[in-house]
Amino acid sequence: MSEPVHLVDHLPALQVVVPLLGAVLAAIVRKGALAWLVTLAVTWTMPVIAFALLHEVLVNGTISYALGGWAPPAGIEYRIDQANAFMLVLVSIMAALVTTYSPRSVASEIAPERQGWYYCMFLLCLAGLLGMAITGDAFNVFVFMEVSSLSMYVLIALGRDRRALVAAYQYLVIGTIGATFYVIGVGLLFTMTGTLNLVDIAGRLEAVESTRPVIAALAFIGIGIALKLALFPLHLWLPNAYAYAPSAVTAFIASTATKVAVYLLLRFFFSVFGIDIAFGDTNAATMVLVLAVLAMVIPSLVAIFQTNVKRMLAYSSVAQIGYIMLGIALVSQTGLTGGISHLFNHAIIKGTLFLAIGCMVYSTGITRIEQMAGIGRTMPLTMGAFVLAGLGLIGIPGTAGFVSKWFLIMGAVEQGLWWLVAVIVFSSLLAVIYVGRIIEIAWFREPVAAAASPRKPPVEMLAVTWVLAAATVYFGLNTEITAGVAAQAAELLLAGYR
Amino acid sequence: MSGLTSETLILLALCLPALGAIGIAATGRSPNLREAVTLTAAGANFVVVMTLLVRVLDGERPAAGGWEVFGGIEIAFLVEPLGMLFATIAATLWIVNSIYSIGYMRANDEPRQTPFYICFAVAISSAIGIAFAGNLLTLFLFYEVLTVSTYPLVTHKGTDEAKAKGRIYLLLLMATSMMLLLPAIIWTWVAAGTVDFTPGGILATAGLSTGAVMALLALYIFGIGKAAVMPVHLWLPAAMVAPTPVSALLHAVAVVKAGVFTVVKVVVYIFGIDYLAASGAGDWLTYVAGFTVITASVIALMQDNLKKRLAYSTISQLSYVVLATAILTPISVLGAALHIAAHAVSKITLFFAAGSIYTAAHLTEVSQLDGIGRRMPWTMGAFTIGALSMIGLPPTAGFLSKWFMLSGGMAAGNWVAVGVIFISTCLTASYFLPIVYRAFFRAPPAATPEHPAHGEGPIPVVLALTITALGVLAMFFFPDVPFTLAQALAGQEVVK
Repeated sequence: MSEPVHLVDHLPALQVVVPLLGAVLAAIVRKGALAWLVTLAVTWTMPVIAFALLHEVLVNGTISYALGGWAPPAGIEYRIDQANAFMLVLVSIMAALVTTYSPRSVASEIAPERQGWYYCMFLLCLAGLLGMAITGDAFNVFVFMEVSSLSMYVLIALGRDRRALVAAYQYLVIGTIGATFYVIGVGLLFTMTGTLNLVDIAGRLEAVESTRPVIAALAFIGIGIALKLALFPLHLWLPNAYAYAPSAVTAFIASTATKVAVYLLLRFFFSVFGIDIAFGDTNAATMVLVLAVLAMVIPSLVAIFQTNVKRMLAYSSVAQIGYIMLGIALVSQTGLTGGISHLFNHAIIKGTLFLAIGCMVYSTGITRIEQMAGIGRTMPLTMGAFVLAGLGLIGIPGTAGFVSKWFLIMGAVEQGLWWLVAVIVFSSLLAVIYVGRIIEIAWFREPVAAAASPRKPPVEMLAVTWVLAAATVYFGLNTEITAGVAAQAAELLLAGYR
Repeated sequence: MSGLTSETLILLALCLPALGAIGIAATGRSPNLREAVTLTAAGANFVVVMTLLVRVLDGERPAAGGWEVFGGIEIAFLVEPLGMLFATIAATLWIVNSIYSIGYMRANDEPRQTPFYICFAVAISSAIGIAFAGNLLTLFLFYEVLTVSTYPLVTHKGTDEAKAKGRIYLLLLMATSMMLLLPAIIWTWVAAGTVDFTPGGILATAGLSTGAVMALLALYIFGIGKAAVMPVHLWLPAAMVAPTPVSALLHAVAVVKAGVFTVVKVVVYIFGIDYLAASGAGDWLTYVAGFTVITASVIALMQDNLKKRLAYSTISQLSYVVLATAILTPISVLGAALHIAAHAVSKITLFFAAGSIYTAAHLTEVSQLDGIGRRMPWTMGAFTIGALSMIGLPPTAGFLSKWFMLSGGMAAGNWVAVGVIFISTCLTASYFLPIVYRAFFRAPPAATPEHPAHGEGPIPVVLALTITALGVLAMFFFPDVPFTLAQALAGQEVVK
């Protein structure tokens, strides 16, 4: 008891506690600018902690941290390995960048008296997402899932368009169903194994004789999380939520929320249930494969016909989630590497796109695609970043999107799934159409109305957008952090907890 | 220059046009300064490429790069003879074309010239990247950048027609490269464990069945849309909506040559001609390329629009290169390499002439060209030289390449290829010679308000097309450089 407390030993707890306390502080100070400063300080601390944890994991292996000193399984365990350390880095970096970007964007879209609450909710959401990624306890996942979801409903509802309320309500209903399904699944697992600790569940599932409740648990958890990650056709909440939320919120949740849900699915499928149960006689792999393929094609087609640029990008997100799920469905080292790196790459790419659109909304108020005529000529920097990230979305070589596509196609070729190769490349072609359409309108038409005379976007908004746009290219040429760590995570997941 | 390492020179050749693009962007407000930047970048790039050329002719095979991107695949450059030939063509013609562009763009008062020159410089940079690529991944990277950077040039005019054609251009090139070429590259990687360009090929030991090799070759041939083998040629006529300097350098030289260059590289360095010839998996290519050669010639014959006629002529001539490669003998591969050079110089001359006519007389149709040779003797003189070269008559560059393609076909006993070349020569003559006849031997129409009397094109334009016409002749009399490079590619001494 007399041992000195080293702050460094408690980094796992700080990763979640700091944003929680930050949220309280932001709520107390209330004033928009002050609350932003609090958020800025908190969000820039997060990547430092996340990188420290990633480094620790890469050097010394998995970290097991007993929250409050209560040893697992009685207490809650925070368990960090390559897979979730990677997620922590992704989520915390995106939060830091979006916070740096947001003060003037938020000020222009949200009423002054609500801005303090905005930052409070933003930090709560961040704490929830980080918590979902870091915890090794099934019920604790549920708690953090609710924390992030509830704050996200509020964040979406803060959008200036009145339809934001409906969008938030839609998400509330579907999100609650998802969380309920998840908790039912966890309940079944608890009944069968008597523990909530993920590693323990994995260990005891082997000895479980009656597999039917376990399969039921798999189904409940799988569908619950699939609702959260907007797997086609359970994606209906996503387009409206992305379209009507404030710009900064869209950029943040598009690049983190669904990604954390995908991580959870990976964790349950591969680590907790294990390949044998999850993909054994359940046809789950086939089911995920079919849904992934549908997701890659149908939402891409829908994206082509959208009139609101944020909705178009939202449908594109649903399609890109299909790519990630495809990596899971292949159940191979190459496929998973592709899926997990796409998790990261798509976060960067979609983040850039939504941030660029945020700049445009700030400067012109435009959200409809046809009003964007000539905007490339009047806002070349903003739309330049958009084009660069758009190329990443298509998967042009030299961008991050290409790397994940390479691994996914390679995974399909390895298994001789030629029809799947055809679907992947066809879906990229659809991306050419929906991205090309915006580029053509933005650059090859004469600017009119609002697009002709935009006000200058603030330098911090442009800077953050371009940092991410540059990252799109950087991670297309240097994949040590993305595909490298993804390959390690894939290896670890395929090995399971046992 | 001689003090720099070859590695530095390769990187310089890649970066100079890109730096030029940045310089052009920075000086966009002052057209004279901007044009000076273009010419300086083109000149400097030329010097760098020439220095490399001297070293390659000495037998050196400069390499650069080796940055691992993922899982053992690198961005790497290796200058082999064919790439050197392609880079030399691109670097030389970029200077001439820049002179031409300046005359053309100013005389026609084209809008948004700064983005035009920026995209142009980026396109040249990617053409050099394709030329020097040491493996398929590097080549694919620059191949796609070339597509992306030329798309704004096609839609440059911003009219509905230009945008519609731009869509066809982008979609066809992207669709072929992403849906066929990329899977082909990944398949090669999975099968052979490498994607490096290796003399003798890498697939011989991969253990693929003959059917699989045929399928893979088909993925490559139709995936390399820039080679415009039918039916993936439709983007090329669509691209003619671009300003003429673009058609001249990009859609007669850089882009399309990037296509056939890639085909030759894949056949020679990925499959290996001996392996393909032995397995018989490449036999179908003769028919597909032969069909394209003849069909495109027939379509060209029916075009009244001069640029469209030239475009279909290009499609036909590109498939000559594919056809010569498909004969799969060293002599025919030599002919293919020479034809890349010969067609480049000749076709750019023809396009320059078409642009000169458009600028001076605002005429675009063949049927309007009665007597134009009397008003524009330099332009039409150059056009005639270019046309003779396309037909393959001495004393022009086209004669040389056709000679080796025919000897290759005969040596291999590939009478289909020989027949195709013969028929197509007749067709080529019948779609080019009437233009020459019309221009010089018919009386010009009286001047009307819509078509007032006119003289030659602007001086930079005439200067450029004279230079390239002389180049067509020079390549016949002094073929040493392209010949040595082509010979090194074919890999053995061929009696001249």
